[in-house]
Amino acid sequence: MSANQLLNTTLTQDRDALVSEWVKIQLSVISQQGLISESGLREQCTTFLQLLVASPLTRFDAGSKPWSDLRDFLTEVSSSRGRQGFTPTETALFVFSLKTPLFHRLRNAAGADSALAFDSLLLASTLLDDLGLFTTDSYQKTREDVIRRQQQDLLELSTPVVKLWDGILALPLVGTLDSARTQVVMESLLQKIVDTGSDVAIIDITGVPTVDTLVAQHLLKTITAARLMGADCIISGVRPQIAQTIVHLGVNLGEVSTKANLADAFRLALERTKQLHKVNSL
Amino acid sequence: MERIPILKMGEFLLVTIQVDMHDQLALTLQDDITSRIAATGARGLLLDISSVEIVDSFIGRMLVNISLMARILGAETVVVGMRPAVAITLVELGLSLPGVRTALDVDKGMTALRASL
Amino acid sequence: MPPAPKTLPLRCESDIVQARREVRDLTIRLGWSLIEQTKFVTATSEIARNTLVHGRGGQMTVEEFSRDGRHGIRLVFTDEGPGIPDLVLAMRDGYTTGNGMGLGLSGSKRLVNEFDLQSEVGKGTRITLVKWIGR
Repeated sequence: MSANQLLNTTLTQDRDALVSEWVKIQLSVISQQGLISESGLREQCTTFLQLLVASPLTRFDAGSKPWSDLRDFLTEVSSSRGRQGFTPTETALFVFSLKTPLFHRLRNAAGADSALAFDSLLLASTLLDDLGLFTTDSYQKTREDVIRRQQQDLLELSTPVVKLWDGILALPLVGTLDSARTQVVMESLLQKIVDTGSDVAIIDITGVPTVDTLVAQHLLKTITAARLMGADCIISGVRPQIAQTIVHLGVNLGEVSTKANLADAFRLALERTKQLHKVNSL
Repeated sequence: MERIPILKMGEFLLVTIQVDMHDQLALTLQDDITSRIAATGARGLLLDISSVEIVDSFIGRMLVNISLMARILGAETVVVGMRPAVAITLVELGLSLPGVRTALDVDKGMTALRASL
Repeated sequence: MPPAPKTLPLRCESDIVQARREVRDLTIRLGWSLIEQTKFVTATSEIARNTLVHGRGGQMTVEEFSRDGRHGIRLVFTDEGPGIPDLVLAMRDGYTTGNGMGLGLSGSKRLVNEFDLQSEVGKGTRITLVKWIGR
């Protein structure tokens, strides 16, 4: 009998008992009991063993077809754990904790044949290591996606767009702008323009100490996009230093209106939207 | 053959584009619009692209052509409802849609058309 | 490892629509933001049309990939058409051989992370678009 065959037999015989021991080890480690039910975990473990037995039982190759079912299953398990908030250890443990109960059974099944025992243990160990590492990778990717989205949400929340008047929005930018943040902020401004049906958006940069080329370009692109959509933008709070930077960078503001302060920009916006008379009569 | 419907709203025409247009459909639309303007003597045309998810250079060219042809036939065109993602992509592509007037929605588009009559 | 690459024909107009749809579905499945989806599908449309019109028909291969924490899509457009004689000129903003706005190639470059253009007169053209999210 080969190591491969021994592994196959051991994974098939008395599967329920194997699953029970395996599940017990995991439950003793998972901190938040509510994350997965025991029956849910049993099901996952049983499916894993079924898929494992159906695989080539050699070195794991994530890219090849015979391993695709097992690979997809592991990706799904680790992704969902990543989304639910399992720790990395808890997720990797899904595979690694199978080792102890499995090795005991392999040792017993091999009996006096120590060479067979060694070979099958080595085979099982290497295979489970590969699968465990793959699980960690998938988990990592999912966590990165979750974090990225959370960062995006935070960025949007931290730069609120304010409605100054009917049809007039203001976006007060504060602090140093980096390329990523500027993009997120600009995208949310354009969406707010659509959501509120505003004709004019005032981008106030009074609170921005420096403007580099990238940020200036993002600003310009946003203004061009807003105009394409049918709205106008006014930049306010342009200090002399920033005006110099813009000229030195060769950024062409073209027809974009700029005002030294928000009040002047607001007045201009009222004129443009033909609402100045409403304010003057207050 | 599928055609995009052209509605008459007073002295204006309203065209709402809701499908992912293939090139032939776009060309047919151009023809239909020019015929309709000539037939009705419409003074304004509203092109509602609020359901359009992708505007590439071909569609961009179509919008410009329609505006130009309509103007020659005596009608002003306003393209309304461009989505932010589309606008950002057009800017990145470098497409400026020269000569095309835009508005945020049909209401504002009609206000703009009435103002220019 | 991601699924195997898929090849779609670009032999007629409805193939361009199909190509857009295929790429769009994939970007949605990969969880890309709306802006990332729009940019990439628009680039797909530009190059697919270029392959059909200038390349006189060809194909597009769609492939998912994963590399150092980046997860993305690679599109390869190939045709056996006349080829592009002057690559530098073709990539210049505003250049056009048709009556178009001529921004298809250079504009698309700005919508993706990686853009590769290979062409030989009389043999054909191969354009690769790659876009990813992540680091």
